[in-house]
Amino acid sequence: MSFDLNTIWFILIGVLFTGYAILDGFDFGVGALHLFVRGDEERRIFINAIGPVWDGNEVWLVTAGGALFAAFPEVYATAFSGFYLAFMFLLFALIFRAVAIEFRSKQPMKWWRNMWDISFSVASIISALLIGVALGNIVWGIPLNQHRDFVGTFLELLNPYALMVGVTTVALFMMHGAIYLVMKTEGELHNRIRDWIRNTIIFFVIMYFMTTMVTLLFVPHMVTSIKTHPWLFALPVLNLLAVANIPREAYKGRDFRAFISSCAAMAFLLALFGLGIYPNMIYSLPNPELSLTIYNAASSQKTLEIMLIIAALGVPLVLSYTVSIYWIFRGKVKLDASSY
Amino acid sequence: MDLLTLSRLQFGFTVGFHYIFPTLSVGLGLLLVIMEGNYIRTGNTLYRQLTHFWVKIFGLIFALGVATGIVMEFQFGTNWSVYSRFVGDVFGSALAAEGIFAFFLESGFLAILIFGWNKVSKKTHFFATVMVCLGAHFSAIWIVVANSWQQTPAGYHVVTSALGSRAEITDFWKMVFNPSSVDRIWHVYMGCWQAGAFFVLSVAAWYLLKNKYSDFAKASIKVGLIVAATASILQLVSGHSSAVEVAKYQPAKMAAFEAHFDKSAPAGMYLFGWVDEAGEKVIFGPQIPGLLSFLIHGDPSAPVTGLNAFPPEDRPPVNAVFQSYHAMVAIGMILIVLSWGALFFWWRGTLFRKRWLLWLLVPSVLLPQAANQLGWISAEVGRQPFIVYNLLRTKDALSTSVTKGDVWTSIILFSIIYLLLLVLFLYLLNEKIQHGPAEEDLAEPTTRGRADA
Repeated sequence: MSFDLNTIWFILIGVLFTGYAILDGFDFGVGALHLFVRGDEERRIFINAIGPVWDGNEVWLVTAGGALFAAFPEVYATAFSGFYLAFMFLLFALIFRAVAIEFRSKQPMKWWRNMWDISFSVASIISALLIGVALGNIVWGIPLNQHRDFVGTFLELLNPYALMVGVTTVALFMMHGAIYLVMKTEGELHNRIRDWIRNTIIFFVIMYFMTTMVTLLFVPHMVTSIKTHPWLFALPVLNLLAVANIPREAYKGRDFRAFISSCAAMAFLLALFGLGIYPNMIYSLPNPELSLTIYNAASSQKTLEIMLIIAALGVPLVLSYTVSIYWIFRGKVKLDASSY
Repeated sequence: MDLLTLSRLQFGFTVGFHYIFPTLSVGLGLLLVIMEGNYIRTGNTLYRQLTHFWVKIFGLIFALGVATGIVMEFQFGTNWSVYSRFVGDVFGSALAAEGIFAFFLESGFLAILIFGWNKVSKKTHFFATVMVCLGAHFSAIWIVVANSWQQTPAGYHVVTSALGSRAEITDFWKMVFNPSSVDRIWHVYMGCWQAGAFFVLSVAAWYLLKNKYSDFAKASIKVGLIVAATASILQLVSGHSSAVEVAKYQPAKMAAFEAHFDKSAPAGMYLFGWVDEAGEKVIFGPQIPGLLSFLIHGDPSAPVTGLNAFPPEDRPPVNAVFQSYHAMVAIGMILIVLSWGALFFWWRGTLFRKRWLLWLLVPSVLLPQAANQLGWISAEVGRQPFIVYNLLRTKDALSTSVTKGDVWTSIILFSIIYLLLLVLFLYLLNEKIQHGPAEEDLAEPTTRGRADA
């Protein structure tokens, strides 16, 4: 691994998608858990826990998509045209999630609120599942032809391995969302959600274990980098420690630290994913020589340089707004006139 | 229908639907800055009431903009993969810059704008409003730059490899300031300001006609009218300057705007008409001779390049472009008369008693929306048959791995979902308008809290 521009952009796009997973991940998690509370006030607390931040979180996806388009247009073109229907369903789910949050509390009727509660929850689960399915396919490899086009079908994308990664993603986001909700709630609701953390962790750890096993057995190219650079073993170890630390912090009532641990676990997990596929971006199976790599799929060096300047100017700004917004809206949810 | 038609239909439909919302966010964003700025400056709680009310509407519009906008970011890849491979090096960086410089700014500060009333000071809240307005304006810059590059490519070279050819940036600033971007950004901005201003005018005029919230309505009309009148007159200037630029860099499009077929002859302007494309003439069209030549070259007898200067396979569809362009211009003129007429009666002090004029303002909200859509139709259809002018044809830009069945599926689902969204949007918007501004917003602030439900 050498730190040329292509590698830097591979890492930066990884950082953007990781930022997206960590931030929108808890939004999806809150959505997936939404129907587990019944009362209107509790559901409003759930929605308002993510109310001020969810659309800013979604911007990470938009920006990651834009950056992918700019830095690796071949990957952008192959992935989105190849995963056409799957991606359309993801977009529809994201649309429904957005409008469900916005519309739900605007009318008092019970059927109206129930309808949007279900939309919010189902759309969140489908989004999480499809994001995982996409990751699973990238890990496993997809059939490409010499024009770099996907030659499979939509149903082939829903293969058992990809679905397993999809369910693991749902489990991960549910765990992450539960921890986030513990930070944002108080009283009896807070105690109830605290119990959910244990269940969601168990669900996640089972899925995580299965996915790891299957990956080690059937997707050997994912561990090549670690085999050749044994010091990289630190990553899976750190990942395990971060996961193990979540119940420890949660048990001690240190909710914020539990949340940070969960964020770290997600970051390490995605770093492992990146390390596994590097230097490929879309692995071609059965013809690995047709894979899209960070070199054959990239924009010109000049564009990568320009983009690096844009990122250097933009990222500090983005981080400063993100931190300020989270700081202003820190603490427990209090419903008021401007809430959803 | 073939794959090309379906894909163009889907893109046109989804982008057209999306475009309803960001124009309102940009325009309303500016009005919010003026309203809240007045509150900060004068301490008059009427302006706080204005800001509160219009922020709630802004939130609804913004949510629809986000929901429909995310589709656009990915649709180049899903439906136009050959195009994406060709332009990614150039077009992608503008799109990424939009995300990083505009969307984060906009969506971050929007949280304070909507939910932050009790969390931050008055001045910080105003700062957030200014940032949201700036973010909306920045995002328009980058997306218009990207689109303008498709119209008048600059700052690039085409590199051919074993896998095909693609455009690569040679000069970033030349790409950003390509010949059409500045004119088009102003044209888009003025269209957005008109959309926001006439929206406010429409709602406020309706309140006055119903004898409701009259102080609120009058203040809204004053703010709306100043922006509407300014934007409408500036739109004429930017429209003219845009047209001169089109004549210079995209002569085939200009010729289609006016259905000017003669290779090189002085050209007039039609007030309206119907183009007989096969017969290469305009039927039933009253024409002002020499006007087009005069507007472009300052000389009524100067020749203007006509459609016959281009081989048939390089010409855009003429009648569609002619009609949408003429309808846009006509609406632009109506908006000038309407806003300056209202301004005149405001100056005379009789505006709020002129019920016929208020009745005209109520449906006027639709006019800038229509003009914006028609303007984009003439710009984009006028660029045909190219997707990147003179470099890549639309028919060669499609995704090669996507089937007709795929696109049918997505078009049908988009149609159902967007229809549902439109109905729900109008329903909730109407509810908010019927509910009206909160009276308690007028009370002097006692604590940081407020009590409207």
